[in-house]
Amino acid sequence: MKFAAYLDGIGLLGPGLDNWHAAQPMLAGLAPYEPRPLVVPAPQTLPPAERRRTGLSIRIALAVGQEACANGQLDAKRMAAVFSSSGADNDNCDALCQALASEDRQVSPTRFHNSVHNAPAGYWGIAAGAMTPATVLCAYDASFGAGLLEAMAQVMVERVGTLLITYDMPYPEPMHAKRPLPTAFGIALALMPTQSARSLARIEVGLTDAGPDELAEPALEVLRRTLPCARGLPLLQAVAHGADEQVVLDYLAPLRLAVTVAPCR
Amino acid sequence: MQSGVTPLHLSHFTATSCLGHGLAPTLAALLAQRGGLVPCAFETVTDLATHVGEVDGVDEARLPADLAEYECRNNRLAWLALQQDGFSTAVRAAAARYGRRRIGVLLGTSTSGILQTEQAYRRRDPADGALPDDFCYRTTHNTYSAADFVRTVFRLGGPAAVVSTACSSSAKVFASASRMIAAGLIDAAIVGGVDSLCLTTLYGFNSLELLSPEPCRPYDAERAGLSIGEAAAFVLLERTADNLDANAVLLLGAGESSDAHHMSSPHPEGMGARMAMAAALDAAGLAPADIDYINLHGTATPSNDAAEGRAVAALFGTQVPCSSTKGATGHTLGAAGGLEAVICALALQQGFLPGGINTRRVDPGIPLHYLTGNRQATPSRVLSNSFGFGGTNCSLVLGRPQ
Repeated sequence: MKFAAYLDGIGLLGPGLDNWHAAQPMLAGLAPYEPRPLVVPAPQTLPPAERRRTGLSIRIALAVGQEACANGQLDAKRMAAVFSSSGADNDNCDALCQALASEDRQVSPTRFHNSVHNAPAGYWGIAAGAMTPATVLCAYDASFGAGLLEAMAQVMVERVGTLLITYDMPYPEPMHAKRPLPTAFGIALALMPTQSARSLARIEVGLTDAGPDELAEPALEVLRRTLPCARGLPLLQAVAHGADEQVVLDYLAPLRLAVTVAPCR
Repeated sequence: MQSGVTPLHLSHFTATSCLGHGLAPTLAALLAQRGGLVPCAFETVTDLATHVGEVDGVDEARLPADLAEYECRNNRLAWLALQQDGFSTAVRAAAARYGRRRIGVLLGTSTSGILQTEQAYRRRDPADGALPDDFCYRTTHNTYSAADFVRTVFRLGGPAAVVSTACSSSAKVFASASRMIAAGLIDAAIVGGVDSLCLTTLYGFNSLELLSPEPCRPYDAERAGLSIGEAAAFVLLERTADNLDANAVLLLGAGESSDAHHMSSPHPEGMGARMAMAAALDAAGLAPADIDYINLHGTATPSNDAAEGRAVAALFGTQVPCSSTKGATGHTLGAAGGLEAVICALALQQGFLPGGINTRRVDPGIPLHYLTGNRQATPSRVLSNSFGFGGTNCSLVLGRPQ
């Protein structure tokens, strides 16, 4: 069994990776990768009241999702969406747990409704005006693979363009010591049932037991190993190479995903 | 539009909530119109004037030694539920039949084992603020813990994920699983959901002024908010066999949509809810008139019931019998879709329409045929609604073989 789809747009945001176009030569080994602290702008597509309430995970998710749609010239309103992340708004989670462990357990209503794992999906819908289905997954370190399988299944079975948006952000202490995620990071893929003039590659996804591919650049490999959503970087590296390639992505070890990338142009 | 769902068989199912452990006490409570909500005395929560649907015996449901790292209220509730109605035996038989890689685990939860973290924060080291050594994030707090636990219990090796879309979570897993089965990735799936009481949801809903001081009264003119419950519901979903008996329950369709409106308030006209119900009917190849009963989301918050009522009336008219069972179970959040799918399955098999309890005077502003008493009937097809924060909507159509 293999899932097939066309990859029409990519969004990428991480330390020293400002967007897909800037990162492509670094992933292809044609330009040096230089890590820098990540700055994520507040999403201008949200009304000001909602914009003020967005934490880092929401900002990352919206930024990469919008970039993937823009690169693929896709209307977000017509795309189904699959969000996948190991955590949610982890600053918000820490603030809630602190309040609930204090003498005064009153919490802020905004903090509470932003604590749901699907907060980025909710803000995405508001920003894009998208009433299409949006699902939100978690599979701990396998969250990229789980999101990719769900998005590919939607493309294959529902025959609908589907945006995969995966993202992570660090926890503050004391949670950081228990779940050390080093930085915020996000990857989005716009996956389509049919080929278009914008299609970058045809991809096929199946299950395998083979070992995962690693990234050539050591500093990028550190990101891949330490961030669940960055487990998808070998797929982006293959697209950046621009040649027929097969990569293996981490999933629920020993179960992994074999991804075949065939460039469309 | 969703086309991916072919009929699938709910070959085994079980539910544990404040109505009891497993199907027999659940059915008995529904038939007697008996609820399980009690004044909140959960954990250290004694300052909230609200009722909760707490499951008896969760703390005593210790996990086997080899699963000890998963110890938390949410996984104990899951474990308790897995022991009921022969569900574990059925999963093991399916694993032997299909292979361990061919069974997916797709479960919904909103808060997973976060109670473990809430309690660990009280035990932070006074000197450096560190969490205690015995706290394990991955196997308790992390959202995936619920599915990881069930997958580990049965030593399964196939695809797995948690869907966490607040209160639609364990309805949406039916849609995800049906796509994976349709695509041939798996042959069967354990779907459903587990959500357990914790401080985040109790104080969180309190901050939004959405907690009812008395047991919640869905669709009542004087409804004053929800009562939080906890539950674990599991369904083994498989392709339909050729020789289904007349009592088989099938998933006929699922529909999903988003409100694109507000994080914690539904679209006032229920636009997204209506789209999800229409998509579920479309997937099932049915018309509104084919539905014999609707299990409403019916949280008993003023805005949910008004918006959902408008959406149902706009699509189905005002004559379809409907009710919310949350007056009996409380709102079990990420487990609600799974629990209410099981209640719908019981209604189909046992031939009754469950009346909603606690509702004294149905809101005259909502033009629905709301049942406050049980009705003997032989429903063929029913619809179940689950909506959540972030404007996430999912409707399921379940039915008997035609």
